[in-house]
Amino acid sequence: MDASVSPKTSLNSTFEADVREIVTAKYVRAAQASDAVAGVQPSLVVEPGSEQELAKVLKLANAAGLAVIARGGGTKVGWGNPPARADFILSTGRMNRVIEHAWADLTVSVEAGCTIAKLQETVAKHGQRLALDSLRPERATVGGVLSTNDSGALRLRFGSLRDLVIGVTVALADGTVASSGGKVVKNVAGYDLPKLVTGAFGTLGVITRAIFRLHPLPKETRTISCTTVDAAEAQRLVLAIQNSKLAHSALQICCGAETQPRIEVLFEGTEAGLRAQSAQLKLIASEATQGDGAGEMWNRGQKLFSTTEGGADNFAVAKFATLPAEIAETMEMAGKFSASTLRWSVVAQATGIGWVRMDGAVSEIAAALRGLREWLEGRGGSLVIARRPAGMAEVDAWGNAGDALGLMRAVKRQFDQQGTLNPGRFVGGI
Amino acid sequence: MGAGISEPREPHIFDARIFQELREIVGPRGLITSREELHTYECDGLTNFRVLPRAVLLPDSTEQVQKIVRVCHREKIPFVARGSGTGLSGGALPVENGVVISLTRMNKILEVDIPNARVTVEPGVINLDVTARVAPQEYFYAPDPSSQSVCSIGGNVAENSGGAHCLKYGFTTTHVLGLEVVLADGSLVHLGGKTLDAPGYDLMGVFVGSEGTLGIATKIILRIVKRPECVQTLLAAFPSTNEAGAAVSDMIAAGMLPAAIEMMDNLAIQAAEAAVHANYPDCGALLLVELDGPVAEVATLMAHVDEICKKNGAWEIRVAQSDAERALVWKGRKAAFAAMGRISPNYIVQDGVIPRTELPNVMREIGLLSKEAGLRVANVFHAGDGNLHPLVLYDRRISGQEEVAETLSGKILELCIGAGGSITGEHGVGEDKKKMMSKMYSEPDLETMQRVRCAFDPLQLSNPSKIFPRPRLCGEKPGEYVAHPLETAGIAERF
Repeated sequence: MDASVSPKTSLNSTFEADVREIVTAKYVRAAQASDAVAGVQPSLVVEPGSEQELAKVLKLANAAGLAVIARGGGTKVGWGNPPARADFILSTGRMNRVIEHAWADLTVSVEAGCTIAKLQETVAKHGQRLALDSLRPERATVGGVLSTNDSGALRLRFGSLRDLVIGVTVALADGTVASSGGKVVKNVAGYDLPKLVTGAFGTLGVITRAIFRLHPLPKETRTISCTTVDAAEAQRLVLAIQNSKLAHSALQICCGAETQPRIEVLFEGTEAGLRAQSAQLKLIASEATQGDGAGEMWNRGQKLFSTTEGGADNFAVAKFATLPAEIAETMEMAGKFSASTLRWSVVAQATGIGWVRMDGAVSEIAAALRGLREWLEGRGGSLVIARRPAGMAEVDAWGNAGDALGLMRAVKRQFDQQGTLNPGRFVGGI
Repeated sequence: MGAGISEPREPHIFDARIFQELREIVGPRGLITSREELHTYECDGLTNFRVLPRAVLLPDSTEQVQKIVRVCHREKIPFVARGSGTGLSGGALPVENGVVISLTRMNKILEVDIPNARVTVEPGVINLDVTARVAPQEYFYAPDPSSQSVCSIGGNVAENSGGAHCLKYGFTTTHVLGLEVVLADGSLVHLGGKTLDAPGYDLMGVFVGSEGTLGIATKIILRIVKRPECVQTLLAAFPSTNEAGAAVSDMIAAGMLPAAIEMMDNLAIQAAEAAVHANYPDCGALLLVELDGPVAEVATLMAHVDEICKKNGAWEIRVAQSDAERALVWKGRKAAFAAMGRISPNYIVQDGVIPRTELPNVMREIGLLSKEAGLRVANVFHAGDGNLHPLVLYDRRISGQEEVAETLSGKILELCIGAGGSITGEHGVGEDKKKMMSKMYSEPDLETMQRVRCAFDPLQLSNPSKIFPRPRLCGEKPGEYVAHPLETAGIAERF
């Protein structure tokens, strides 16, 4: 993290004393350099033990005009724009219980601070899973993954969290605790607030609990992959597979400055089904070879975030969204904007969502990402910067939010009039 | 945009000038004001609520919708958007002194993009027409409400419609990728788009299912799905809903996710049989299980489903052998509501959801309530996801029976809430169930939802008085608002 962090806070000792009263002194500590949020240093870290405690702390902070950064596992706390202000971190770390796994109803109710890995372990005991392969499941929490709308390769078949979350409880800045949705899969009573807070970056409220629909764990899994001569050939295969009657769970292309394009297909199901589908896939992609079950290749997104040998910091990772039929072109443009000076690599899902990583000089990365974003936005896509090197803070993380930005600001005003929650981190300065 | 202070609306005085202005927007054939013709629009599929609107407008473009809404906004005239009018919760019920904006003339399929599996439509397009359009390429539009041959996509978006196959494929919200929306002040916004995860709040996610209270969708980008390699439908006859329910539990426990699991009780079977002769066995409960996917996969799983049904006491099992047989099996199920007319002069269609495992308890309770009220209740369920459609049968000609039926129907919903479920799985809250909202949600829950309403439509002109038992004036400060010192001093703008 950037060493030149500067405290920007208006926190006073009365507030601190009041917070200690709520969560006990044990769970209030001075923030350290490692608690900085995209270069902005908060003063305190507060860890409430319950939804009620969390709401009380929020209400107090809101009344005092403080800025609050909610944090789960902290794995994505650097995403988004640097906060305009950051007085304290509100950690959900202690709120980490799986409340109820109603396995016969295929649902699970869980506190926001529970890690994805712990959730998966719990539901796996009954042969089920949350059909989501997000980044860093061992540390990332339910609340953090919901707030950032992180998703992985399984999205092609199961949708993203917005399609899996069926209920949430949120603490608003003014201390209101509100629930929406419920523990049944099908429910159209009232507005769908679970979707509103998914991907809202914690700017509307702090998610304290969520309820998800679950899926059965697959009986068998198989990955089949194939190297192609160029990106166009990879694109052709992806569209042919998408247009076939194969029932694959995931399909991705990876490609880079130094690697040949490659497609990978994940099948899940019964042994008989997998055998038949593998044979059918060979008819579309004759060169394809069979790999392991669901192996390392399905972690490619996460690997893009790893620091290189020697720990060099000079790289950025961004999420892009393009049309499924324009993945190859997007890859070519990533290469073009990287020119010969940047190293780049891309992992894209057949949904059109992908990660691009660029390594090299900061100013060149910034220019390349801006160029790629402009190109994507010109055809209805987007590019959002997740991981950035020091010295690139001035590049907006989000890009163009379109003609609904005014409406988004109105929603923000209704939920958090004072700008208490994650101020300045989201689109359009929200 | 801004959450301005709204004043309580006074009944609007329509004058000739406004009618003239509206006529200029939509042309003489696009404006209905005669009482006889207005009666067509006085209710939707829920016919016990009726309100005559002042006028009905039939725009044929987004621009016309914007112009109409701008007039409404300026004059504070409430408006209600309407698709095919098949809704079952009074969501399209007109508002007194308001206008109805019917989207039926906006019925063009604007773009079919097979490589990206997207179809862009106007709101008046009929659900089944989307599938018909992409069927040659072997794609389909997955949400399949029973009214799919007549209901509109715009209405499906408003209600977040489901259908029998949403167990596997999801609801309307899963299949809508982008919306063009005319907001209540006449401005146009684009939510979502052809690509996924547009930066910003998922306002599209909250718009779908908002029952017309957040604006009018004028263009909708849909996701279409490739037809599976094979589809098989199994029909199993059980002694009662308990055994059929146990079979469903066993399928879920075995890690299966069928495309659909439907259950009908004896009364529903009798009615369906009388109406469409689906050749159903006469039994206590019928289970209809549909599996789709690759041939080898479906064959393996179907053998397992068969085994589970037998183990749970199914005494007759049939697998539809042809597309024609399959269609007949579904025809009986999809006609079940209308079929009630064969066995009862009047009936109320209820829509509630329970955690699936509560089925035996809730069925027993419904049986007791039915006996107590002296009225028959037929049951049709989307059994995989716990969505019940109890049909309360009564005779309006018998004095007092309608009230008894309504009370019984309401008690069934309370059972659903008590079991941890919902007051509606797919029909919506509309006018019909807004009083039940307070039983399902707490005051802060409802107040928080209405903050969204206030951001979209501070004057509350778009389908007002639906969903929420008590509308919140948008000028009210949400929660315990304390002005920030900088704000008071006029230094900072907060959003």
